[in-house]
Amino acid sequence: MKIIACIKQVPDSEAKVRAEDRKVSWGESPLVINPFDEYAVEGALQQKEAQSGASSSLSTVTALCIGPESAREALKHALAMGADDAILISDPALDAERLDTLGAARLLTAAIQKIGDVDMVMFGRQTLDNGAGITPAQTARLLGWPMLGLSGQIKVQDGNVSVERVIEEGRQTVSAKLPAVLSVVQSIGEPRYPSFMGIRKASKANIPVWSLSDVGASAPEPIVKRTELMNPPVRDTAVEIISGESPAEIAEKLADKILAEKVL
Amino acid sequence: MDFSLSQEQQMTQKMVREFAQKEIAPVIKEYDRKQEPIPFALKRMGELGILGLPFPVRYGGAGMDYVALGLACEELEAVDTSLRVVMSVHTGLCGMTVLQWGTEEQKQKFLVPLARGEKIGCGAFTEPGAGSDVAAMRASAKRDGDSYILNGEKMWISLAALADLALVTVKTNPSARKPSEGLSCFIVDLHSPGVRRDDIHGKLGVRAGSTGWINFQDVKVPADNRIGEEGEGFKITMSAFDHGRYTVASGATGMIRACLEASVSYARTRTTFGKPIAEHQLIKEKIAKMAQDHEIARLLYLQAGWMQNMGKRNTLQTSYAKKFATEASFSAANEAIQIHGAYGFSDEFDVERYLRNSKGAVIYEGSSEIQVLIQSGYALGERSDKPLRCELPAYDETYWQG
Ligand SMILES: Cc1cc2nc3c(=O)[nH]c(=O)nc-3n(C[C@H](O)[C@H](O)[C@H](O)COP(=O)(O)OP(=O)(O)OC[C@H]3O[C@@H](n4cnc5c(N)ncnc54)[C@H](O)[C@@H]3O)c2cc1C
Repeated sequence: MKIIACIKQVPDSEAKVRAEDRKVSWGESPLVINPFDEYAVEGALQQKEAQSGASSSLSTVTALCIGPESAREALKHALAMGADDAILISDPALDAERLDTLGAARLLTAAIQKIGDVDMVMFGRQTLDNGAGITPAQTARLLGWPMLGLSGQIKVQDGNVSVERVIEEGRQTVSAKLPAVLSVVQSIGEPRYPSFMGIRKASKANIPVWSLSDVGASAPEPIVKRTELMNPPVRDTAVEIISGESPAEIAEKLADKILAEKVL
Repeated sequence: MDFSLSQEQQMTQKMVREFAQKEIAPVIKEYDRKQEPIPFALKRMGELGILGLPFPVRYGGAGMDYVALGLACEELEAVDTSLRVVMSVHTGLCGMTVLQWGTEEQKQKFLVPLARGEKIGCGAFTEPGAGSDVAAMRASAKRDGDSYILNGEKMWISLAALADLALVTVKTNPSARKPSEGLSCFIVDLHSPGVRRDDIHGKLGVRAGSTGWINFQDVKVPADNRIGEEGEGFKITMSAFDHGRYTVASGATGMIRACLEASVSYARTRTTFGKPIAEHQLIKEKIAKMAQDHEIARLLYLQAGWMQNMGKRNTLQTSYAKKFATEASFSAANEAIQIHGAYGFSDEFDVERYLRNSKGAVIYEGSSEIQVLIQSGYALGERSDKPLRCELPAYDETYWQG
C-alpha cells in the first residue's frame, strides 16, 4: 500500500501573529511541522505497520509538503518519525501569501498523480496558521476520490477503508473504497517521537524538490483575495495575584476587588 | 571554528526535550514529594533509545555522538535531575566504561543489553568509609578458580535498588605498593546470591531518584566479568568518572537554563513598587548572571564533548565543565528562589526542587574540592595525562552507525 502524508510547516504554537505592512507576520518564531499533521504521519505509519503484517507487498509512507526550502525541516521530522520518503514541492514562483487552500490542493493533487498508484492520502484536521481545514476535501474532490474526514481509528481490508468517528451522539463508522483521502484527528493516538534510527536517516536524507513544472502546474491564483489586514485594538490588562492565609480570605479579597472595580 | 550543532544533534535535543516535557514534567512533583522514582521513567528511556544514546548501533545503541549525549543530559535535567542521574550512572559510569575498557566479548555480553535498555547499570565505588579517597576503599575480591569472591559494602549508589548490573571497584591486592594499584573492576550481576541492597531515604534532593546501598557477602563473580586487568581498577574508575562528570556537567547546564527560564517568566509578571520586578536592576543582575553562566557552562561541556568525539583525553576540560556548571546551577537555583520570593520557598513552584537537587552535584562524581585538586595538579605540572591501555574510542560515524 502506498500512503501519502501531507504535511505543512507552520509557526510554533507559541508564536504571535501580527499584521505588518498588511502582511501576516509571525515574527522570529521557530517553524515546526503542523502539530495536527503529526497525527497524519502517525496514522499513516500505523497503517503501514498494520499492512506489513497483513499483506506481502511492501507498504510505504511518503511525506509531501508544499513550502519554501525551510520546510525540509518539517519533512525531516516526518522521516525521523518513520516515513520512508519525503518530497518537497517548492518553486520561486510560489508565493505563500497567494497560495490558498484550493491552490494547495491543486498542487498536492498534481504531485499525488505524479507519484502514482497511491492508495491513501492522509491529512491533519487543519493547520495551526490558517486553520481552514478544507484542503483535504478539496484534494479529494480534485482527485475524484472519496473523502473520509475527521477519522479516528482506521482499518483497511480488501480494498476498503473504514474509519471511526467520535461524534456528539456517539460513534460512527464510515467506509469507502480505496483510493481515498482521509483527515485524521487526535483519537488516532499520540504521534510517536522521532526514533534515533529515524533521526539518523532523516539527517542524511536527500529530499527531492519538485518545481511547478515538475508537477505540471502553473502558480495558482487565489480565488478570494485579502484586501485588508489589521491588528486587533490594544487592550490594557494587568495581572494581580491575590494571596491570603486561607481560601476563604482569598475569596473575600477577590470579591471586594471585583466589587471595587465595578466588574459586578 | 564551527559552533553549530548538526542536524542529528538538534533532532536528538528536540526529541529528548519533548519526552521530558510531555511525560515527566507533569508528574515529577508528585514523585519528588513521595520520594519515589517515576515508575515508567527507566522503561520509557530504554524504549526510546535514550539509555543507549552514545553507543554504536552494533552494540545496541542509538549511534549518536558524545555531544548529542550532553545535549540529551541538558534536556533531561532541565526537567528533573533524577533523569540525568540515570544517564550518569547507567550510560556514563557503567556503559561507557565497558565501551572503553571491555573486551569484545564483554561488550556483547554487557554493553548490548545496557544500550538496549534491557538491563540497567550503575557504578558502585563509594563506601560508608571512603568517597573522595577512592583508593581507601575496603570492599574486596579474592580469586577462587574461575571466579572471584566479593565482600564489602557500597553506599550512596544511584540506582542501587533498580539496577541489574553494577560496575564495582574493589580491592584485589591489599598488599599493593600503592593502595591505588591494588584495585580491580568487575561487572556484578546484582541478582546474584549474596547481594543485598536498598534505597536510602530522607535525602535533601534527587528524591525521585533511587540512591542506596549494596552489600556483597561472598558473592561469586565469574573472572570473565573482570573489566581490565587486575590492578587496573583505579585507572578504570577514573575513566568512569570522566564519563559520569561529563553528563553531570551537561545536566547542570540544563538546570541553570531551567532556573533562568523560571526566573524570567516570574520576573516579568510579578510587580512590586509599580513595575514588574524584571525592571529592577538588582533582579536584572541575577538574571544576567544565570544567562551568562548558562552560556559558559554550555561552551565548557560542548568542548569536552567535542574532545571525546575527537578521541582526545578530556579529564581536565571535563573537570572544568563539571565544577563550573554544578556550582553555577546551585547558585542559579538559589537566586531563582530569591526572585520568586515566598513562592519560591514553596513546592508549588519548581525552583525549590532545583536548589535541593543542585546540591548533590557539587558533592558526587568528585566534589568541587576534588576538582580543584585535579585542576591545580595540571596547572602546577604535578599531573599529566599518561596514555591509557584502553582509550574511549573517538566517535566515528561510519563505525557507530554501521
Ligand atoms: C545523590 C548522590 C548520588 C551518588 N551516587 C553515587 C554513585 O552512583 N556511585 C558512587 O560510587 N557514589 C555515589 N555517590 C557518592 C559520592 O560520589 C561521594 O559522596 C563523593 O565522592 C564524596 O565522598 P564522601 O561523601 O565520602 O565525602 P568525603 O570524601 O568524606 O569528603 C568530605 C568532604 O571533604 C572534602 N575533601 C575530601 N578530600 C579532600 C581533600 N583532599 N582536600 C580538600 N577537601 C577534601 C570533600 O570535598 C567533602 O567536602 C553519590 C552521592 C550522592 C549524594
